[in-house]
Amino acid sequence: MRKYNLELAVGVFVIAGFICLGYLSINLGRLEVFGTGYYVIRAEFEKAGGIKPGASVEIAGVEVGRVKSIRLENYQAVVYLSIRNDVKIQEDAIASIRTKGIIGEKYIQITPGGSEVFIAHGGKLRETESAIDLEELLTKYIFGKI
Amino acid sequence: MKKYIINIGARVIQIIRTIGHMFIFLMNSIYFIFSPPFKYRLLLKQIYFIGNKSVVVIILIGSFTGMVLALQIFYTLRKFGSEAMLGPAVALSLIRELGPVLSALTVTGRAGSAITAEIGIMRITEQIDALISMALNPMKYLVVPNMVAAIIVFPLLTAIFDVIGIFGGYLIGVKLLGLSSGTYFSQMKQYIDIVDIEIGLYKSISFGLIVSWISCYKGYYTSYGAEGVSKATTESVVLSSILILIWDYFIGSLYL
Repeated sequence: MRKYNLELAVGVFVIAGFICLGYLSINLGRLEVFGTGYYVIRAEFEKAGGIKPGASVEIAGVEVGRVKSIRLENYQAVVYLSIRNDVKIQEDAIASIRTKGIIGEKYIQITPGGSEVFIAHGGKLRETESAIDLEELLTKYIFGKI
Repeated sequence: MKKYIINIGARVIQIIRTIGHMFIFLMNSIYFIFSPPFKYRLLLKQIYFIGNKSVVVIILIGSFTGMVLALQIFYTLRKFGSEAMLGPAVALSLIRELGPVLSALTVTGRAGSAITAEIGIMRITEQIDALISMALNPMKYLVVPNMVAAIIVFPLLTAIFDVIGIFGGYLIGVKLLGLSSGTYFSQMKQYIDIVDIEIGLYKSISFGLIVSWISCYKGYYTSYGAEGVSKATTESVVLSSILILIWDYFIGSLYL
């Protein structure tokens, strides 16, 4: 009986610990255990200022995916977006870098297009809109170019 | 004058020798971890001793840490009107720093001292010598189960600590201070990355190794008599705590 109790107690403890670890990493850390529910598309931006891997991708304010990675190709910022499988994106959709609030974090907003053709895995989003550079805007305003 | 210089030199040599001795002990025990036969039964007993018996303390300390964090951070954040960041602030400080460090310090006080005392008493009553004379490896019996158990147990205790702390913060932030529960958790999900959780994990695993290493070493090479064991126990707790805090800083600066 004593032997049985010891194993039971250790088992309960280890399971409780792993449940906590799983909660932390899957729920809070967004670890993708069943990582097949996404497809990747790419979008070329003139300027990807402020966007970081893990930033959210939204359509109409609803999160549909995340930024996977950002690379420099031909002196253009190429942002790879992983989008949920059940969300289809038209090939003439527009991706723009926006800010939440004035000093909030950057995210990518996708404005749906009207085309019948959807972008497949690895496809390219042609229409993009770079981040609004507040400093540049201020400079223009101050020197009267607007 | 010459006497003082000799004195200083002798002390430095002594310190370096101790460090080397401890390191050899560590390498020896790591070697024995991977060499059969494996003592599963002893390992299970040590997991029970270090892990199960610490759970209640960990839950208590975790919940109150989370609650205090939420309370204090809330009043700071309110000055900037950004109470919405309470969730990420509580969760990040728990997962990255406080969870691993506080649970390691707690377990040091609760289990590390007991391990030192146990091994130390076996040393002064010559039970370790008896093991050797029966051609049984004392490292395998006394040190290895403790080390493996600590490396397994520490991350799990830290995870329990983090989760309990986050819910303690939830209790204060949402139920007492009136934040919406959606804000608390969704902001948290937004800001916590898998990297943060990995850092916490690395920290707790290395703390497990440090605590079990120091406790076993101090017990294994205790000086004789009841006084020797009491001194070894004190030293093991103090040294483990210091090393935990120093190592925490190093890992923190490495992974920033």
